[in-house]
Amino acid sequence: MRFDTIIIGGGLAGLTAGIRLQEEGRRTAIVSSGQSALHFFSGSFESLKDCPEAEELFDRAGVRLHNLPGSRRLLPGGAFREAVLSLGDVSLLPGEGPIGKKALIVSFNGYHDFFPELLAGALEKDGTPSIQGIVEMEELAALRKSPTEMRSVNIARVLDKCPDKFVQKVKELLADGVDTVILPQVFGLDGDEVPRAISEGLAPLKVIFVGTLPPSVPGIRTQNMLRRRYERLGGTFIIGDSVVSGAVHEGIVSSVASHNLDTYRLFADNFILCSGSFFSKGLHSSPTAIEEPVFGLDVEFPEDRSLWYEADFFEPQPYMGIGVKADKDLHPSIGGEKVTNLYVAGAILGASKDGKYGTGAGKAIKSALAAANKILSL
Amino acid sequence: MTFQEYTSSVHNFEECMKCTICTAYCPVVPVNPDYPGPKQAGPDGERLRLSDPLFFNRALKYCLNCKRCEVVCPSGVKVGDLIQEARLRFDNSKPKLRDRILASTDFMGSMARPFAPIVNAVTGMGIAKAVMDGVLAVDKHRTFPKYSSSSFEKWLRKQESKQGSYPRQVAYFHGCYVEYNNPQQGKDLVKVLNALGVGVQLLEGEKCCGVAAISNRLEKQACKNAQANLEAIGKAVAQGLTVVNLSSSCTFAIRDEYPSILKLDNSAVKDSVVLATRYIWQLLESGTVELRFKKDLKPLRVVYHTPCHLQKLGWSMFSKELLKLIPNIELIPLEQNCCGIAGTYGFKKENYETSMAIGEKLFEQIRKANPDIVATDCETCRWQIEMGTGYPVRHPVSLFADALEDPLA
Repeated sequence: MRFDTIIIGGGLAGLTAGIRLQEEGRRTAIVSSGQSALHFFSGSFESLKDCPEAEELFDRAGVRLHNLPGSRRLLPGGAFREAVLSLGDVSLLPGEGPIGKKALIVSFNGYHDFFPELLAGALEKDGTPSIQGIVEMEELAALRKSPTEMRSVNIARVLDKCPDKFVQKVKELLADGVDTVILPQVFGLDGDEVPRAISEGLAPLKVIFVGTLPPSVPGIRTQNMLRRRYERLGGTFIIGDSVVSGAVHEGIVSSVASHNLDTYRLFADNFILCSGSFFSKGLHSSPTAIEEPVFGLDVEFPEDRSLWYEADFFEPQPYMGIGVKADKDLHPSIGGEKVTNLYVAGAILGASKDGKYGTGAGKAIKSALAAANKILSL
Repeated sequence: MTFQEYTSSVHNFEECMKCTICTAYCPVVPVNPDYPGPKQAGPDGERLRLSDPLFFNRALKYCLNCKRCEVVCPSGVKVGDLIQEARLRFDNSKPKLRDRILASTDFMGSMARPFAPIVNAVTGMGIAKAVMDGVLAVDKHRTFPKYSSSSFEKWLRKQESKQGSYPRQVAYFHGCYVEYNNPQQGKDLVKVLNALGVGVQLLEGEKCCGVAAISNRLEKQACKNAQANLEAIGKAVAQGLTVVNLSSSCTFAIRDEYPSILKLDNSAVKDSVVLATRYIWQLLESGTVELRFKKDLKPLRVVYHTPCHLQKLGWSMFSKELLKLIPNIELIPLEQNCCGIAGTYGFKKENYETSMAIGEKLFEQIRKANPDIVATDCETCRWQIEMGTGYPVRHPVSLFADALEDPLA
């Protein structure tokens, strides 16, 4: 089968590039092995302050983004960090000063992926006293039949059906002086209408949504909305398959082979490789080398293995900065020879050290748009 | 051998890092709180079961075997295979009579055929449904698929010499559904292949693929059928034939479940067993054949549903691309959602409500699209969608056959 562009990897970078190309009428396919890092998404595109092109593209897919210069956001462990471009339900807080007079932090019985105590400690230090409350509903009790499955997605499925009831339950927990409600991000699997309805239902109280441990409800929603947009634009999304090799001759990729299609090959004029970093198997490390498994692209890494990591687990880890070598147009090389119709985007490029390697989502969007725009300009 | 190879585990379960993405996409979890979910039933449970088989949880029977968990797993864990194999290995209760009946598609079909009109009338009657519901726990809301009084096999055998006259040849694994319930679907495939200059041969000694036997824990029966099929397919492949099939679940079972669950080596024939839609597409793509569609085809609004096992095979694009070739067709691919029937699963009384609740998302999409017809590659998805929505459902190859010019008599 022949396409204009084949995109290897169906995460944030792949979908962004795919939507951009389909919007311009190109015929593309995305080959995606398993679900992506968006399922672990904090909701904030690290390292990206603003990007009108991405904001408009996401808006057309129904995903609202926002940022406010100088504002902060509250992380699940209680730390505050400078805000970046974020999903609509990541709450942006004023740059300084207490976030409220008194906060109510809400959680659920048996839910272990959200930490009210850590948040309370951090808020106390920041000048906001807080109380904690548990919302109990019979629908949630049914979930606890399997205690290990009391997880964000399952909770969201329950609460998405009855946001009004949830708002009522929160109101019952209010005490004198509370002007701020802190909720885990367990709302809106299919769209951000539910978190918006909850903010409105609790007004004039200020509602702050804080991330949970994975899976990320806003992340899954984003993945599904982007995929839906891509497929509605006519894109071919092949899920659960992995590209295993590519035919490269004199710096040109002509086709790729996949696990499920065995002897049948997919052809295209251009290819974008956004297969992710180590976890997504876009990069593979052996005791002696770090390799890119599909095309055997050149990867830059120190020969001395002890320089790949910091012995202190909690320090930024240099291996996160290791990635495929690419030129300014995002073309990689094989044995020093440039591959002219292949582009690399997303986490496979390696994260930037100045962002302490936490640059993933922003870099994915930037590089994916750059690759797609380059292809459109040819 | 490298160190890493020594660390690989059965169905890759040690690769699970408990991200819960499988549970997030499991169609059973949202509708049946008794099911612990694929992560718990698969890799988590496997660790416990390996330490003591007593940890086996009967609630694993609620698994649909749809394999959506495997499709979404970022770490390549064969979650669905883990669950199915655990049911075969650790559940020492005897499969019920009802399960044996539902799984014995060959036996039931050959018994019912001579009396097809009577059987169809009886199984459709309220009283018979009540008896089956009460005695066998086959849900009364279900209507048994109608049996056909004619045999596809006999029909094809009668034209052996005509089929032999085509320049190209394929072998056709036609399966129980075409043999006993819907011979017309097989005839549709023969029409399309003949139009492409391909003659169709039967396999010698084909049996039910065994997918229903696997999910009803009838391992011996499944293995017996699988061995017979591998032998039959092997003979055809030895003659240089490709073996085509219309049903995504049969194809998936032969290619993937024979080795992964039944531990039968199919490596010599695996690549030669393909879905007919893929075979037809590849033939068209090779540019050596030409198609003539009927003139004046009326506009047809078709929604296409990807069966779960076809999603797992990764070949639904062939069905969709073929449909797009039909003149005057408006093709709307549906978002992939499980229809909820999962073969014999939805026929069981204890699963009926779960089955229909799972399908609701898909039914809703279909009603909203309000198509002329629904296309899908799986016969049990077809029953479920017809029952859940009332819209007619057909195989993409049948729609394709209808659009082709009829051969000169």
